[in-house]
Amino acid sequence: MANEAVKYVWEGAIPLQIHLHKSDVASHPSPPPALVLAPRIGYLPLLIPHIKPYFKDSLPPGEDSIWFDYKGVPLKWYIPTGVLFDLLCAEPERPWNLTVHFRGYPSNILIPCEGEDSVKWNFVNSLKEAQYIINGNCKNVMNMSQSDQEDLWTSVMNGDLDAYTKLSPKLKMATIEDEFSRKASLSSPQSRQGATEMDVAGQIKTARVPVRLYVRSINQDFENIEDVPGIDTWDDISYLNRPVEFLREEGKCFTLRNAIESLLPEFIGDRAQTSGEERSRDDDNTEEADGLLREMGEIKLARIQGIEMKLEIPFSWVVNNLMNPEFYLHISVLVKAPQR
Amino acid sequence: MNSGREVIDGRLTVEGFSVAARAFADKWKTHNQSLPPWSWVPLINRTLLLSNQEEGYLSLENILILSSLEESTEDESLNVATECSEKEEPVDHTILVQNQENEAHYYDFHIVYSASYKVPVLYFRGYCSGGQPLSLDVIKKDLPSCSVSLLLQSKWTFITQEEHPYLNRPWFKLHPCGTEDWIKLLSQSSISAGCQMPVELYLVSWFSVVGQVVGLRIPLEMLN
Repeated sequence: MANEAVKYVWEGAIPLQIHLHKSDVASHPSPPPALVLAPRIGYLPLLIPHIKPYFKDSLPPGEDSIWFDYKGVPLKWYIPTGVLFDLLCAEPERPWNLTVHFRGYPSNILIPCEGEDSVKWNFVNSLKEAQYIINGNCKNVMNMSQSDQEDLWTSVMNGDLDAYTKLSPKLKMATIEDEFSRKASLSSPQSRQGATEMDVAGQIKTARVPVRLYVRSINQDFENIEDVPGIDTWDDISYLNRPVEFLREEGKCFTLRNAIESLLPEFIGDRAQTSGEERSRDDDNTEEADGLLREMGEIKLARIQGIEMKLEIPFSWVVNNLMNPEFYLHISVLVKAPQR
Repeated sequence: MNSGREVIDGRLTVEGFSVAARAFADKWKTHNQSLPPWSWVPLINRTLLLSNQEEGYLSLENILILSSLEESTEDESLNVATECSEKEEPVDHTILVQNQENEAHYYDFHIVYSASYKVPVLYFRGYCSGGQPLSLDVIKKDLPSCSVSLLLQSKWTFITQEEHPYLNRPWFKLHPCGTEDWIKLLSQSSISAGCQMPVELYLVSWFSVVGQVVGLRIPLEMLN
């Protein structure tokens, strides 16, 4: 039952060119970089079995503790690879040049990674959290048999959408109605379960959608996106792990912009939209309005699964088609900070 | 409709958390003179958030823990001493036995609101005087023995090491699953008296359970 958009998401991949860090090179000459195609919905530690053979002859003796960096920034291994790429490369770099380390794990910055087990635990934990947000409880994930959980994880690890599609119904995740098919499916009983809170009259009111928002803020406008400077540390990114409360109003469409603005209230209102127009009928308020507009920030760019999103797209479509296998929607946003 | 003033279903709204946090910090200061006060860290300083209501978390830092020998099970709470300042000697603490490494262990505690689960979550970390972080194995030796045995039963679902939601650093976290169930149990006494638990008491009740895991006891007076 997987639709085309979901297929594209699962097939999405980032070409990586992985260089061994020079302090880990114990051979002469130093080894050439490894070229790996990394699934967008996957995680960097899962690539290690493909990468290690390239470098094993060059490594100094001792135990491995593997981690990656991009331009000196240690990469958080529990963030899907595609999200890291969308967030850290303002201008997409192909292939994406990363450095791999086999020693000197920065444990004051990165939580430890004990290989596939850690990645799997992180995935299951995120899945539980997402289910709690959508269904109001995580009992379906908790009650899933060990082997079903294993198979679900394996399907994600292998990028096997068919296997995943057969297993995910066992999670009984309530669905978010697609804005377009809303009227047609309004009468069907299953569309009203779980995800939405009903008021006394039985009208669908609010839904909660799992979202992870990664915000990069810049202070000035740039002519070209490639001129946006890279981050030096993760403190340059604001991370928000909080659900979007999806308020359904008759006759109104809840857009991606509405969703982002609900998480970042100080970016409400697009300066570009209002600045050129005759916004102020009341001239007395012009100065005040100017000041207010200057205070508003501006959403410059929103990327999901590598796509630069038009903000007016219905949020329900975005969620249903672009979320990751753990039912989280990861959004990388570039904003221009409000001027104060 | 929940006005945010009462605890429903054992969970909190974000506004309720702010109210409960202030009430908790005030009661702590009044009844728990032997420990430093909790401070409120607004999120405005750390992220781009500029919400109508002030969002933030509670912070209690630089708590000096001196662990006792395993045989001494009389008092399950930690021997907590306050560190007045870096220059002065700590005031009025009893060193029963130095911990095995013969060094001081310091702990930071943060009570952070989880928007996903709508409950508070306890994050903590330990470090020595040089600032080096303590591993879970070392921390376990500082914890009361009952929570250590719970830890041993399930590696992944009790105390876990995760990234702090706002500080980009590894912290230890007390898993929130199940919180609303035991808060509901705790609030049964209010319900049988004919009223819901007021939100101001949420964190006090919550911490009366959670604090024990990390060895921080709260005086009974705080529960009034």
